[in-house]
Amino acid sequence: MSFRTYFDVPGADRSGLGDQVAAQRERVARRLASVARVVAVVSGKGGVGKSYVSAAVAAAAARHDAAVGVVDADLKSPTVARMLGAAGPLAVTDDGVVPASGAEGVRVVSSDFLLADGRPLAWREPEGDRFVWRGALEAAALREFLGDVAWGKLDLLLVDLPPGADGVSDLAALVPLLSGALAVTLPSDESGRSVARTMHALRDAGIPLLGVVENMSGYHCDACREDRPLFAGNAGETLADAFRVRLLARVPFDRAASPTTPSDAWDLIAAALLGRPGEEAS
Amino acid sequence: MKFLCLTCDEQMQFRERQEPGDGTFAASFTCPSCGHEVAMLANPVETQLVGALGVKIGGRELDEQPMEFVRRNVVGRDDAFADATEPPGASGRRPAWSEAAEERLARVPNFVRGMVKKIYGEYALERGIAEITPEVMDRARTELGLEGM
Repeated sequence: MSFRTYFDVPGADRSGLGDQVAAQRERVARRLASVARVVAVVSGKGGVGKSYVSAAVAAAAARHDAAVGVVDADLKSPTVARMLGAAGPLAVTDDGVVPASGAEGVRVVSSDFLLADGRPLAWREPEGDRFVWRGALEAAALREFLGDVAWGKLDLLLVDLPPGADGVSDLAALVPLLSGALAVTLPSDESGRSVARTMHALRDAGIPLLGVVENMSGYHCDACREDRPLFAGNAGETLADAFRVRLLARVPFDRAASPTTPSDAWDLIAAALLGRPGEEAS
Repeated sequence: MKFLCLTCDEQMQFRERQEPGDGTFAASFTCPSCGHEVAMLANPVETQLVGALGVKIGGRELDEQPMEFVRRNVVGRDDAFADATEPPGASGRRPAWSEAAEERLARVPNFVRGMVKKIYGEYALERGIAEITPEVMDRARTELGLEGM
C-alpha cells in the first residue's frame, strides 16, 4: 500500500501545532517589545544569594527612576517576590495579568503568588510519568510569565533564573534578543566552578555576559573593625578574568541590610544593567 | 497532523474533540467525500505531552487567555488570581447568567473560574445571546472544544 505523505496533502493542518508554538513565541516578542532590556540573573548552585541580588538590583534601578520588572523564574523555590514585599492575588485583565507591585514600584510576577504557603510546586493530573515532561511544563510557565503579563513600558526586566544552566536555553529560545546575563557567585572555588558551567552555557547560547557579582565576599567585624573573609577563595575575580567580563561588585554580608537597603554596589550594578555607565558612581 | 481517507484519497476534516476527564483525549474526523469517520484516541502520556506545550489538537477556536496554562496546570491557591476583566458599566451589554448556569460555574475551580466565565461570556456576546444557561454552556463546550469546563 502506498499513500501520500503529510506534505503531499495540500489541505490545511487544522491543529497547526507548529503554528501554535510560533504564535506563543510571537506573543512573548510582542509583549517584550516595550521592554528596553531583558537581563537574566544566574548562578551555578543554590544559596549564593542570586535572588537577593536580583531584588536589590531591581530596587536600586527603580530608585534611579527606571521602570523595572522582575520575573521570578525560580518556580520551585521562589523568594524574590517576598524580598521585594510584593504579594498576590494577580489581577487578570483583557490585556493580561497585572504584575504585583513591590518595593520602589518594582513590578513582580512569581510562582510564590500561586502556591499555598509552604507547599511545593505541583502540577495537575495526570501524575504518572510527569517527570517526562516536567521541563516542558516549566518552560510553558516561564513563557506565560514573560508573555502574558501586562508589563507596560520597562527600562529593565530581570529574570531570576533557577540555579544552574537548565533555564538558560529556555530563556534564550523565548527571548532571542536577551540583553545579557549577570552571574552571581560566592567567593569559594566550589561556587566559582559551578558558576563557570552556567557561564559556558550562556556563552554557548549566544547570551552576552554582562558581568559577575561576588556575593557574601566578607563581613565587617565590629569587634576588630576590620573586613574579614567569609569564604576562602577569589571566585569573582577568577570568573571575570576567565570569561573576560567585569567583576561589577564584591558585596559583603551585612546582617542589618535588606535587599531594599540602598548601597553603592547595587547602584553600580543597576547602572551597568541599565546601560547607564555614567551613573555607576552616583 | 492530517488524516487521509485511503479509499477516496481525500484529506479528512476535523469534526469534534473530547477530553473525558480521565487524562485521555479523543478527536473525530470525517471524509468529505464518502462520509467515513475515524476517531483518534490518545493515551494520557500523549495527551499530556501535547498539553505540556500549551497547544490544542484540532486548533484553537479562542485566543489564548492570560496565563491560561499556569492557571490550568499549577496546583495552587484558590485566590491566586482575581478577575478584573469586567469593565465598569459594562454589565448592561454583557449576557446575564441564569441561576442554574451560575451554579454550574461555581463548581469550576476558583483559579480558572474567571477565565471560564469570560470564555462563555464572549461566546454569548458574539452570538447575541442575552442569557447564559446550562444549555448555552453545553453548546459552547461542543462548539469551542471546552470539554472539562
